[in-house]
Amino acid sequence: MSFPAAARTTLADAQLRRNLGKATTLIREKRLRAVSELPDWEALRAAGEAIKARAMATLPEQLERLEASVTQAGGVVHWARDGAEANAIVAGIARSNGADEVIKVKSLATDEIGLNEALEASGIRAIETDLAELIVQLAHDKQSHILVPAIHKNRAEIRALFERTIAAGQSLGNEASAIAEAARTHLRAKFLSVPVAVSGANFGVAETGTVVVVESEGNGRMCVTLPRVLVTVMGIEKVLPQWRDLEVFLQLLPRSSTAERMNPYTSLWTGVTPGDGPQEFHLVLLDNGRTRVLADEIGRAALHCIRCSACLNVCPVYERVGGQAYESVYPGPIGAILTPQLRGLDAAPSLPWASSLCGACYEVCPVKIDIPSILVHLRGRVVREQKSSLSPEALAMKAMAAAFGSRRRYEGAQRLARLGRGPLARAALPGWTAMRDLPEPPRETFRDWWRLRHRPGGDVAGRASPGGLVLPPDEGSS
Amino acid sequence: MRVALFVTCFNDTLFPDTGRAVVTLLERLGCSVEFPLEQTCCGQMHVNSGYAHEAAPLLARFERVFASDVVVSPSASCVAHVREHVPGVRAFELTEFLVDELGVVDVGASFPHRVVLHPTCHSLRLLKVGDRPRRLLAAVRGIDLVELDAAEECCGFGGTFAVKNADTSMAMLSDKLRHVLDTRAEVCTAADTSCLMHIGGALRRQRAGVRTMHLAEILAAQE
Repeated sequence: MSFPAAARTTLADAQLRRNLGKATTLIREKRLRAVSELPDWEALRAAGEAIKARAMATLPEQLERLEASVTQAGGVVHWARDGAEANAIVAGIARSNGADEVIKVKSLATDEIGLNEALEASGIRAIETDLAELIVQLAHDKQSHILVPAIHKNRAEIRALFERTIAAGQSLGNEASAIAEAARTHLRAKFLSVPVAVSGANFGVAETGTVVVVESEGNGRMCVTLPRVLVTVMGIEKVLPQWRDLEVFLQLLPRSSTAERMNPYTSLWTGVTPGDGPQEFHLVLLDNGRTRVLADEIGRAALHCIRCSACLNVCPVYERVGGQAYESVYPGPIGAILTPQLRGLDAAPSLPWASSLCGACYEVCPVKIDIPSILVHLRGRVVREQKSSLSPEALAMKAMAAAFGSRRRYEGAQRLARLGRGPLARAALPGWTAMRDLPEPPRETFRDWWRLRHRPGGDVAGRASPGGLVLPPDEGSS
Repeated sequence: MRVALFVTCFNDTLFPDTGRAVVTLLERLGCSVEFPLEQTCCGQMHVNSGYAHEAAPLLARFERVFASDVVVSPSASCVAHVREHVPGVRAFELTEFLVDELGVVDVGASFPHRVVLHPTCHSLRLLKVGDRPRRLLAAVRGIDLVELDAAEECCGFGGTFAVKNADTSMAMLSDKLRHVLDTRAEVCTAADTSCLMHIGGALRRQRAGVRTMHLAEILAAQE
């Protein structure tokens, strides 16, 4: 479905708009406070951008260093060209460990490749342990936010869902703690019994082979410490060259994302430690379109994203349509530039237009991704690569450009526009007048007025007006 | 000071009052205003819609027409566009020009009405004009300048966005309208006519009794 069509459906959901409006307004204010506390915030953003740009410019080298470091620390590194390869690797590891269930840390990369569905097809059940992911999974729903996948649901809806599923038959009451307790009881049994866990990665440090997961609930910590086998699926763009780079991102990420000075749980592990934590560690390095994004000199900055979701929370479009209208695990402004590049422009050609180019996303991005400029760049690519040069829009654009190309044609088009005809009048398309009036065409254009004013006998004709001197010959050619 | 007015194709064709107000205002402040008649459109709509190729000759034309001038324009959005794509031309948005180049905040205007300012995305985030429009308005005699809730949020215009994503655009606009109406202002103003056409179009459809006026018209007024 195109974005405008999907948005039409979600816009009609008044409850969704209330839930989202409330949640995003709150987190927006909190983020602003958390960021204002740091006197060097702009320097941190610049550092974050520079580190990411360097990592992407030296990506092959960084990935090989990461592979060597992880291998040396007792881990096994796998390379996956696409989602199908990655899913097969994870399923193979689960199967060889006799697991019919795996527990999962919240991970966008595994959502991107549909790992849960692929495991299901192999007879392995994936159990989401992040509270919001669990809600989405139990409701057979789709994620609507990078950080808070169930942001579109309110407490009453979640209570009813739990009463129907994991707390079958039990009445949970209205307290958040009772609702959370139902999830805790359900998950605790899984943490203690399931032998294989799957995680994503916020960062992977090439220098040391350390993988980092940042979270709030502690359920991720359970997954990466209790099971015997741990599999991490990491997008290749998550690699950082050096250990010290973490210092920058561990400040940028929590403040941008949850508006916290520091996130509650930061788990770091390097390969395998005998007698402590998982005794088998696999790192699956996932491409799935990322090298294609890297080939686009302007679009590649989308790979710098650290998945904080600050751009979603400030986006006036996201706030109204919600995440599901973007039909991707990456919604909001970042999704509008990432999804079409990862999947190919033909798979999501309307997403680069899912923005009014207001610039709020760029202003908050912790790694300074110029999302509006990339949106405009991708629009150009869609027009050149996907659309017919004879489409009504392309023809209208060409007609307008031709009209603007000479003074004579422009003034002719202005006269036609006043009669409701010609390329300038056609620019006002039907979508406009559904809910807005068009301005009354004025009796004279500005230049008509200017010319009258400066002709002999006009109100400034008598004095030495510079305007009177600039009348060029009435020739349209440029 | 001699300045060249870049009125924008939009104001030229649909909102001549805005251009007239800029001329009145600048002449009152001692500028001599030229209007190069060869100007047409800066190509912003083409670039933002993915037609950069079609915009290239328009940008070249803009550069040729305005090469040697100090350019003043009543559109933050168009100025941001030409500043990015034609860096050789010295172009100022009206409030930048008044405050930074002429060094005036009190422009001698008088407008005894209740006014609310929509600060516009491109004024704020592309040109970073900050509180210049607000300071200029605050110095107008008789004005009752009131605060707009969620002022910095986009009104939902966004050029072709308002047509391509009409439903989302309207959802954004209805929140902006609610905030405007909450202020009980008589006039909603901004430094960009395009946002005002969008906001004003809905205000008229709803017969809300609130007028939209470009900031230049208020600064030119001597009621």
